[in-house]
Amino acid sequence: MKTYKQLFSQLNRAALIPFFVIGDPDFDTSLEIVKTAIDSGADILELGIPFSDPIADGPAIQKADIRSMKSGMNMAKALEFIQKIKEYKDIPIGLLMYYNLVFQYGIKKFFGDFHKAGVNSVLVADLSIDDADEITEPALSSGLDTVFMVTPNTKSDRMKLIASKTTGFIYTVSVLGVTGSRNELSNQIDGLIAKLKKITDVPICVGFGISSPEHAVSVAKAGANGVIIGSKIVSFVENNLENKSKMKEDISAFLKQVKSAISDNKS
Amino acid sequence: MKYKGRFGNYGGFYVPEVLIPALEELEDAFYHFYENPQFVKELDELYKYYAGRPTPLYHAKRFSEIVGFKVYLKREDLLHGGAHKVNNTLGQGLLAKYMGKKKLIAETGAGQHGLATAMIGALFGMETKIFMGVTDIDRQSVNVHKMRLCGAEVVAVEGGTGTLKDAINDALRYWTAHVTDTFYLFGSAAGPHPYPAIVKHFQSCIGKEARQQCIDQIGGLPDMVVACVGGGSNAIGIFSGFYDDKNVRLIGVEAGGMSLEEGKNAATLAIGKVGILHGAKAYLLQDKEGQVYDTESVSAGLDYAAVGPEHCLLKDTKRAEYFAAHDEDVLNAFETLTKSEGIIPALESSHALAFLMTHKNDFSPDTIAVVNLSGRGDKDVSIVEKHRPLKQ
Ligand SMILES: Cc1ncc(COP(=O)(O)O)c(C=O)c1O
Repeated sequence: MKTYKQLFSQLNRAALIPFFVIGDPDFDTSLEIVKTAIDSGADILELGIPFSDPIADGPAIQKADIRSMKSGMNMAKALEFIQKIKEYKDIPIGLLMYYNLVFQYGIKKFFGDFHKAGVNSVLVADLSIDDADEITEPALSSGLDTVFMVTPNTKSDRMKLIASKTTGFIYTVSVLGVTGSRNELSNQIDGLIAKLKKITDVPICVGFGISSPEHAVSVAKAGANGVIIGSKIVSFVENNLENKSKMKEDISAFLKQVKSAISDNKS
Repeated sequence: MKYKGRFGNYGGFYVPEVLIPALEELEDAFYHFYENPQFVKELDELYKYYAGRPTPLYHAKRFSEIVGFKVYLKREDLLHGGAHKVNNTLGQGLLAKYMGKKKLIAETGAGQHGLATAMIGALFGMETKIFMGVTDIDRQSVNVHKMRLCGAEVVAVEGGTGTLKDAINDALRYWTAHVTDTFYLFGSAAGPHPYPAIVKHFQSCIGKEARQQCIDQIGGLPDMVVACVGGGSNAIGIFSGFYDDKNVRLIGVEAGGMSLEEGKNAATLAIGKVGILHGAKAYLLQDKEGQVYDTESVSAGLDYAAVGPEHCLLKDTKRAEYFAAHDEDVLNAFETLTKSEGIIPALESSHALAFLMTHKNDFSPDTIAVVNLSGRGDKDVSIVEKHRPLKQ
């Protein structure tokens, strides 16, 4: 199974990391879309398992969660989905989800089962570094990497603590706010990346609000090891619910654009 | 954070990283000011002259006759705003003022906490935004109007079933984007640490007063103290005054809704399982994979899928007992208190009364019960009219 370490050491540019809600708008379409994303140049996949109360998400991903749950997504299907992706291609997969789902599944069993299916890391959106111990040991002993968030208001000593507990990458949130497309990139991001780079060698991937090839390039130029694009991609699903081939075309075209933009900007 | 915010294994602060600095700042400020003499003096004066504390302990003799034992009402319904919520909004609002914050946000279900926040926003000259589910806006429209009159903006929340849980979700999302200058004035003894501790502190005046009033007026302690439980703030406020009085039964009453079937109630402690929602580990109404259930209750203020962490511990340790009252019994209790005493109780508070009525055969005539009458029912008359049209 391809690890983050292998991937980041091979790349001489920022990794392209699209985010999808598993099962949005339904299992089969979702599977096709994610395969399309892989074919269009995704380096890592960030996948969400839908939750009833996604407090860190804006309207686009909230609606994706609802679409997915309405079409019958559950834990067993999420596992099957990941296995199918891994059969298609050995691409690193990070899950992004809410704690209650992990907790009800059984923390240890969750990490074990999902690692076996092919997941590299699980970022729990509503679990801060203060309670990281609840998941770190079971994650590491199951063979997963750890991923934690840093936000623009995280203090330096906390950044150090977060970096010290992170084995995968630091999920760097570019703005104060929930997920969602934004017209302009936060002006805090360059400083944040620079600060993190001084503190740690752990790869830094930036997400929240990245909505265009220009945003991606500017984040890559600032030194990010990866750009995570969520709401913008999810909006292609929402905007093309009646036309699945256009859904795939739009996602593919957008990802190829971003990929070529960040590839022209080799570090 | 300085403290873990745990009640046994419950509680904590399960929030995204971005909210941690704001919770730290709040924890810091609370423990810095809550015993500060100037803060205490100012709050006491506001309690007395603005809110109307102390509230009376009233022997409801005609209602007592109906249930067959002595019932005393702690009259939080007489407070300014019409509910216990002002105890907390004055406390947190004053804290916000001491912290130099100029913007308040809050969630609300029944609109009582929203109104109590809007009042304090007006009083302290702070810009106030209240998040409220669309279902609740519809069924508690009087309070929506009052909030707007006080100058607050009421933000309609469409998500989920348009009730309290959804309002909290959107308030948290908004806070995430405005953490640097906005004070989130949380309305119940639930949510992430330090809110359960803060809200309990500011509501504990209910229990302190009630205990002393029992001694002064009855000559001793009651056999039981009964309160409704939504998130659990009015209950924890009155319970906390009697923790050490081991012979006083503490009884919380949740919303039994239509039935105890999944999705038809908000009886979290009765049928929930431990989970994590809105920043705290607590009992939670959820399916086996952890998706949170919709809830249903005639009372918007109790219509919530989670519950404050301290109540979870009180349940486990059996220091408090929890029951659920069904909508029909709640409406009966509402009518009974109104007809027998001329006091119109909030539907939330009517749950506590319903417990006494449905369990009246369990208690001997010399039993003394103190009920926290957490709010008045003006806001609920149209709901009751819908269920029980008056025959003229
Ligand atoms: C009158 C009244 N009582 C009780 C409640 C429930 O809240 P808590 O359980 O925090 O006291 C509310 C909430 O809106 C209320 O308005």
